[in-house]
Amino acid sequence: MALPITARGYSWTHADRDAPAVGPLDVDIPAGSTVLLLGPSGAGKTTLLHAIAGVLPSESGEATGELLIGGRSTDPRRGDTGLVLQDPDSQVIFSRVGDDVAFGMENLGVPVDDIEARIPASLSALGLDLREDHPTAALSGGQKQRLALAGIHAMSPEVIVLDEPTANIDPDSAPGVRDAILAVRAATSATMIVVEHRVGLWLEHVDTVIVLGREGVVAQGAPGEVFGDPELAEVLRECGIWVPEDPEAAELRSAGRAPRPDSPAHSVSESGPDAGVRNDAQTGPRMQGEVLLRARSLGVARPGASAPAATGIDFDIRTGGAIGIVGPNGAGKSTTALTLAGLIPEFTGEVLAEAGLRDGAKHARPYRWPSAFLAPRIGMVFQEPAHQFLTASVAAELALGPRLAGWSTESVESRVAELLEVLGLGDLAEAHPQSLSGGEKRRLSVAAMLAPRPAVLIVDEPTFGQDALTWAGLVELFLDALAGGSAVVAVSHDHGFLDAIGARRFALGGSEGAPAGASADRSARRPDAHDEVRGERVE
Amino acid sequence: MSALSDRNATAEAAAPVHDPGQLIPVVRSTALVRCNPLTKIAVALVLMIGALLSIDLVSAGVVLAFTFLGLPASGLDLRAALRRLWFLPAGALLAAWGTAILAEKTGAVVVDLGPILMTTGSLEAAAAIFVRALALATPLIVLASTIDPRDLADALIQHVRLPEVVVISVLAAGRLLGLLVSEWQVLSMARRARGVAGGSLARRTASLFGGVFVLLVVSIRRATTLAMAMEGRAFGRPGRMWRRRSTFGARDLVVVASAVAVCVLAIVSAHALGTWNPIIGSN
Repeated sequence: MALPITARGYSWTHADRDAPAVGPLDVDIPAGSTVLLLGPSGAGKTTLLHAIAGVLPSESGEATGELLIGGRSTDPRRGDTGLVLQDPDSQVIFSRVGDDVAFGMENLGVPVDDIEARIPASLSALGLDLREDHPTAALSGGQKQRLALAGIHAMSPEVIVLDEPTANIDPDSAPGVRDAILAVRAATSATMIVVEHRVGLWLEHVDTVIVLGREGVVAQGAPGEVFGDPELAEVLRECGIWVPEDPEAAELRSAGRAPRPDSPAHSVSESGPDAGVRNDAQTGPRMQGEVLLRARSLGVARPGASAPAATGIDFDIRTGGAIGIVGPNGAGKSTTALTLAGLIPEFTGEVLAEAGLRDGAKHARPYRWPSAFLAPRIGMVFQEPAHQFLTASVAAELALGPRLAGWSTESVESRVAELLEVLGLGDLAEAHPQSLSGGEKRRLSVAAMLAPRPAVLIVDEPTFGQDALTWAGLVELFLDALAGGSAVVAVSHDHGFLDAIGARRFALGGSEGAPAGASADRSARRPDAHDEVRGERVE
Repeated sequence: MSALSDRNATAEAAAPVHDPGQLIPVVRSTALVRCNPLTKIAVALVLMIGALLSIDLVSAGVVLAFTFLGLPASGLDLRAALRRLWFLPAGALLAAWGTAILAEKTGAVVVDLGPILMTTGSLEAAAAIFVRALALATPLIVLASTIDPRDLADALIQHVRLPEVVVISVLAAGRLLGLLVSEWQVLSMARRARGVAGGSLARRTASLFGGVFVLLVVSIRRATTLAMAMEGRAFGRPGRMWRRRSTFGARDLVVVASAVAVCVLAIVSAHALGTWNPIIGSN
């Protein structure tokens, strides 16, 4: 059985903001439909999902209008809605797989015999071939998402809402998780609403697309109607939605390759000193540019680990050059980035700064440099942006790096204004960094690292959760930095991004770094063509 | 962040997988391991009484000896236990050293190095302190390591009648505690990458407070998400069902009875050998 969802003038406003986080909006979602919910970063998609699941904490904001599930107000305790969140780590409840699946059923008071019968059924429905006493701490990100889905499957809800369920798992695993979700949907024949930036992953599997703007619903209809309507195309682009098969979006993706005259990336790449060189970077190692940092037979490991996460890493990082570190989850990509950034010691081998970067420092290994010396030279953006914020406002966050580097007040101010503009954070200059949406936080963390113009930029998944517009803004920033002679090392699953900044690939643990030319072709054809690359690997 | 655990997760579905959250992994399921968690707590308390009441070598020695004899029954990976618990004897030795120097100097002088004076009396007291510290700590840690938090929660709710919402929330939050350590490592790295680590003491302090604040924000956010996930699965609805009944069996009785026997034996032999030296009352 499935339930319809209706909203009449519904809005939700966070206690500390003036503008509503979502709405006011009117929506009708018929029972049993499958909906892909789209919208620009910060449009309130997540808030709407939480509202439908009935888990918005009433003390932290105010709702107006009405939101009904099957004609009744939302209440998670009825168990008719199942919610899957973005972060796999935060939704594991118990330390054993079986207990975790049983949690929802126990809460609903399902008889014990039924619970025992449904646990293995739900686990196998989600492709989790695990014992019931398997520790949840030993699961991969993709497995944790499947576990959360198994818990929902076991409850057989009438409405399933999913908030970017594949955002934090690698693209190779994403189609597998999507199929698992569709299987749960089919088994429960529930109404399903999914928020996802990777449009292509879902488009063929939903019957309705709803586009949420900052002032309510912009478009609603079958995927073909919404994406086939030439009048809507412009609106969708303005909302920053990745329009499938859209030549312009594809062009934007491969910015620098064939830029449109008015594309923001265009002017930068043309004016760059090596604009021509960068674009054929994938064809082989480039010899241009002075070497800044060398990795020599480098093996990397987390502090305290007894075995390396990756070994045999050898490359030069040159001015104006970009390197993309690719590979499946668990291949040691993030650990490599942290080691290159001088934040954790090398397990074996060495990371050595050359004269241009070393700048007369006593030690050649960045790991030995003091923090104040390291920061203006090697910038690092972490996977989790919230960890990096040190000040109480967006503007102060952007000003911090240049200020510590001793810039004059005017140049700090103009740099901050420029970054706010490029990343569309102008309206949020005084907001607290921790209060931003996921996509906004990620952009801020990148901009704050880029602000003092470090010579080497090391970034871990800089484009997570971005819509097409903010994505282009990020690309512009990186092209600008490369043109200014910085070097970029990007850990990323986003081949479109790596192509756009002309990164040559360095593959870790596995074969994902397949011929770079092939992946470039794919991304030019369709923005999220990578979704189809391969089946799930981690499990 | 989970790069390493991801790697471990290339799971063999058949073999039991070690839970990275356990202090000492349980490698065998023995009768003691299968006992009710409340039984294990009772056993630990009874053994503690045997070693606690008197500061003497005999009562503590008896408890410790039986604890060591019982170790194989705990089903723990004993080598891992040695590796993780080295600080226990080290701490006990430190306490013994202090006692040897500071205790009442009775009997013949054994060591005399100016300020460091040890006599047979003070050494005897030191030995008692050493054995007693181990006898108090070892059973507790060993038994606690064999308790599955989920079983404990079941027992506390079903037998002790603690409120279920509180117990389950604490249980779920406990899982997040382990994440705090790795979060803190990342935060320290992030501060270093932003150029605010190190420097003068004042700067270090300011940066430390900044880090603590972010840790707080990150933990609250994580906890809020977890709360949402739990609420989203109908947590808090009255009429919760319990998948597992927490039960007591004959083995629970046997285990508690053995613990009481060891405790009585410890106290009786201390009296018999005349070493009884109670912490309260007489002398």
